Amino acid sequence: MDRRDVLSGAAALAGSLALPGLARSQAATEVSFFYPVAVGGPITKLIDTYAADFEKENPAIKLKPIYAGTYQETIVKALTAHKSGTPPVTSVLLSTDMFTLIDEDAIVPFDSFVKTEDDKKWLASFFPAFMENSQTGGKTWGIPFQRSTVVLYWNKELFKEAGLDPEKPPTSWAEQLEFAQKLTKKDASGNVTQWGIQIPSSGFPYWLFQGLSTQAGAILANAAGNTTNYADPAVVEALQYWVDLAQKHKVHPPGIVEWGTTPKDFFEKKVAMMWTTTGNLTNVRSNAKFPFGVAMLPAGKRRGSPTGGGNFYLSKKATPAQQEAAFKFIRWITTPERAAQWGIDTGYVAVSPAAYETAAMKTYAAGFPPALVARDQLPHAVAELSTHENQRVTKALNDGLQAALTGTKTPQKALEDAQAEAERILKPYR
Amino acid sequence: MNSRATATVHGWLLLLPAMACLALFTHWPAVASLIESFYSTAKARRPARFVGLDNYEQLLADPIFWKAMSNNLWFALGTIPTSIALALLMAVWVNDKIVGRTWVRMAFFTPTILPMIAVANIWLFFFTPQYGLLEQIVGLFGGRSTNWLGSQDTALAAITVVAIWKEAGFFMIFYLAALQALPPSLGEAAAIEGASRWTYFRRIQFPLLMPTTLFVLINAVINAFRMVDHIFVMTRGGPDNATTLLLFYIYQVGFSFWDTAYAATLTCVLLALLALVAFVQYGILERRTHYR
Amino acid sequence: MSAAPQPVVTAARSDPYAPKGLALTLESTGAILLALLWVLPLAYAVWAAIHPAEYTTRFVLTAPLTLDNFTRAWAAAPFARYFLNTFILVTMILAFQLVLGTLAAYALARQDFWGRDIAFALILAQLMIMPDALIVENYRTLARLDLIDTIPAIALPYIASAFGIFLLRQTFKTVPKELDDAARVEGASPLQVLMKVYVPLAKPTYVAYGLVSVSYHWNNFLWPLLVTNSVESRPLTVGLQVFSSSDQGIDWAVICAATLMTSAPLLIGFLLFQRQFVQSFMRAGIK
Repeated sequence: MDRRDVLSGAAALAGSLALPGLARSQAATEVSFFYPVAVGGPITKLIDTYAADFEKENPAIKLKPIYAGTYQETIVKALTAHKSGTPPVTSVLLSTDMFTLIDEDAIVPFDSFVKTEDDKKWLASFFPAFMENSQTGGKTWGIPFQRSTVVLYWNKELFKEAGLDPEKPPTSWAEQLEFAQKLTKKDASGNVTQWGIQIPSSGFPYWLFQGLSTQAGAILANAAGNTTNYADPAVVEALQYWVDLAQKHKVHPPGIVEWGTTPKDFFEKKVAMMWTTTGNLTNVRSNAKFPFGVAMLPAGKRRGSPTGGGNFYLSKKATPAQQEAAFKFIRWITTPERAAQWGIDTGYVAVSPAAYETAAMKTYAAGFPPALVARDQLPHAVAELSTHENQRVTKALNDGLQAALTGTKTPQKALEDAQAEAERILKPYR
Repeated sequence: MNSRATATVHGWLLLLPAMACLALFTHWPAVASLIESFYSTAKARRPARFVGLDNYEQLLADPIFWKAMSNNLWFALGTIPTSIALALLMAVWVNDKIVGRTWVRMAFFTPTILPMIAVANIWLFFFTPQYGLLEQIVGLFGGRSTNWLGSQDTALAAITVVAIWKEAGFFMIFYLAALQALPPSLGEAAAIEGASRWTYFRRIQFPLLMPTTLFVLINAVINAFRMVDHIFVMTRGGPDNATTLLLFYIYQVGFSFWDTAYAATLTCVLLALLALVAFVQYGILERRTHYR
Repeated sequence: MSAAPQPVVTAARSDPYAPKGLALTLESTGAILLALLWVLPLAYAVWAAIHPAEYTTRFVLTAPLTLDNFTRAWAAAPFARYFLNTFILVTMILAFQLVLGTLAAYALARQDFWGRDIAFALILAQLMIMPDALIVENYRTLARLDLIDTIPAIALPYIASAFGIFLLRQTFKTVPKELDDAARVEGASPLQVLMKVYVPLAKPTYVAYGLVSVSYHWNNFLWPLLVTNSVESRPLTVGLQVFSSSDQGIDWAVICAATLMTSAPLLIGFLLFQRQFVQSFMRAGIK
């Protein structure tokens, strides 16, 4: 392994020093693709295995998977690569990056590649909730690949200790609060040793918040991606509920809850219930040394959760041959069997109903029922917040949410300011 | 005259490689930032157009910009005097023949060698509420739990602490070298005069260390604007921009929002700040420095 | 700034202000406590790296030891490649910095020519206008040169180093004129004088500067992050960040193992050579 690395390193050095352009031309059609690793570790190997399997079946195509970091880092890299001339042929990027990519003229829709009847059936086979972030203007710009929803994990042992039925998760906002109150424990000096619930708010709180706002009955942005609805009374109500959990009822940690350490908090029994991505399922399964459950998010006026995760996008700057090759790969990797296997290996939601009907998935789900929760929540799922200038518009909301959660603004004011900022950014797009 | 002309040709030839690189990667980008700040950002469907001072108006009206400036100011005020003072203290201690001197010197210097991006994860653990190291220590003394990184009051202080920790040891080395180069005769003469240690330090050692202090000060100021690596890991600029520093904001605007014209505008402000500081340092402080 | 006269003689004369007895004990205690505080993050990294994941937050002295985290870290990302990239990067940068710096410093120190002071001022400007402040424009320049995602792209903004030129100029200025004249009398060209007289005498400065440059660029993060996209050009810092920013949450055990792995060369180098390190700073007369 080492020597090969050194040799390839030396070769790459020669290439990179002498003729940067030359290193990119190939004999077979080369399809490079960026993928984020949002679930750590062996994923890189899995992708490499898929790539190898695909190349075996399609010897004229050479796949080059490039591991690019988090979703945020991957979009930055894809766009920097696009702007400097040589983007990867396809990338797995956030479904919400669709408008940004269209505005930057970086992607082409899949419709022209969908030719046969089989292709059409395939395109129609995905869960509708996932397609909401993948289609606009009557065209399909992204194909779902590693998608997720927010779910509630609960510690059954701690439930029992608190006198709650360990098999019954909260099903409503009221129950969530009530359970959390029973589950919050303090020590002699008044410090909390165990929180009832925590909902992460660092980095991208808008995603978790979308669960609450959907449950309150509001939609945060329109399908065309040019109007936001941050200051709607239902949205304010949702934020007030979250803020109250921490500040009024004191069942939720104060200030910002770090996304990265929330699973660890759960394993350390510092919190009894946590909201996080279904993509953490395998992680929780391996590391929680106690029985735990996974549930759909409790209902406010209704059940609800945003979808999340990444789609495949096709680069506009790639040659038609490369695009065709990439399309083949995308088609191949999203067949029910492979979608099911990917879901099992990673904890992401398998992207089509057919995937859940495969033997592998059925066996897996029989042995591990929580794997089905995310799928069962899909009928209640809504599109993830996505607009033009997505990063900026979601940052406005993120800042507002963090301001409210750290107590520097009331939920009403925070959301009004966020809406004003979003308006300013989106006005030119209407 | 002729030899001066030859010398000029020789001089410029020798300078050429360095100057060419500097021109391309320092002088030209600085000028280009200024020019670009007067245009709008080019989008795929809308080419850049001249907008005069619009970007600067946007800047003045941008609350996040002002927050970044204020944060950077506090960050600078927190890191610069503290790390210099600590560096000096460390150097004095290491210079005295204290017990375990070699080991202590190594301990002070290790933060410099570790990449900030790596230690930021470790510091993240230190600051984690409930079971983080700081929490465990505070808990031992019966103190209250604090969400250091997750509340607006303490987040900036937390990242300031990390920065001080990172750079004090580096500055220590310069002070150490300077201290060890001071002639022993000075100490002997002062002792004969009956000066206390503190007087010796204040009246003799410190003024003679001024060149080092000036040098270290320049580095500390640059670092106050440059050190943003740990923000990527620890807070990502939050909560609500409480830890957004100017360079981090430039990164967000330029490479996350892709608003390159506004990023150029912000860059111009940063450059102006740096130039101002340089002017103050070289102009004012240089005069008070005692050279041998 | 002035230069050090000679290497410091190990003092046979005692410093009248050196603390003794109680004062020494107090100072030593203070210093050791501070040093313990300072080394705490590294100590924690070692703890977390050699114990299983359950013990990253629990400091139980009898916890089992394991090397598992290191193997997991090594397998999770192409660190061998990252090491190679970083090694090539710092070597490339240092080599160019030394060459460009030496030539420029020589011109500024010893040649008297028109525009010399202007040139010096222009160079000094880079001390404050550091490449980090110019990421947006430099990125564009490199994109135009089609060098994005290559190792030279990371190196280019740094190879002309005002700091290096400044230091070398200082050092060259202290070289006795007689040596210079003697060499010229023997018929040496300016470049030969540079190589035979100035460069050897500036060795401590080169060493000190080299150490600073290597540790700076080994640990540089923001610019490499922007300029590299793929594994072939990514240095260790970016690789480490990419590796540890998983949505699944922070696994301190593995991250600490990876951190130790990536910092090991510098750490070991410093441990072995710290005396020389400090001495070279002294002899270089960086004050």
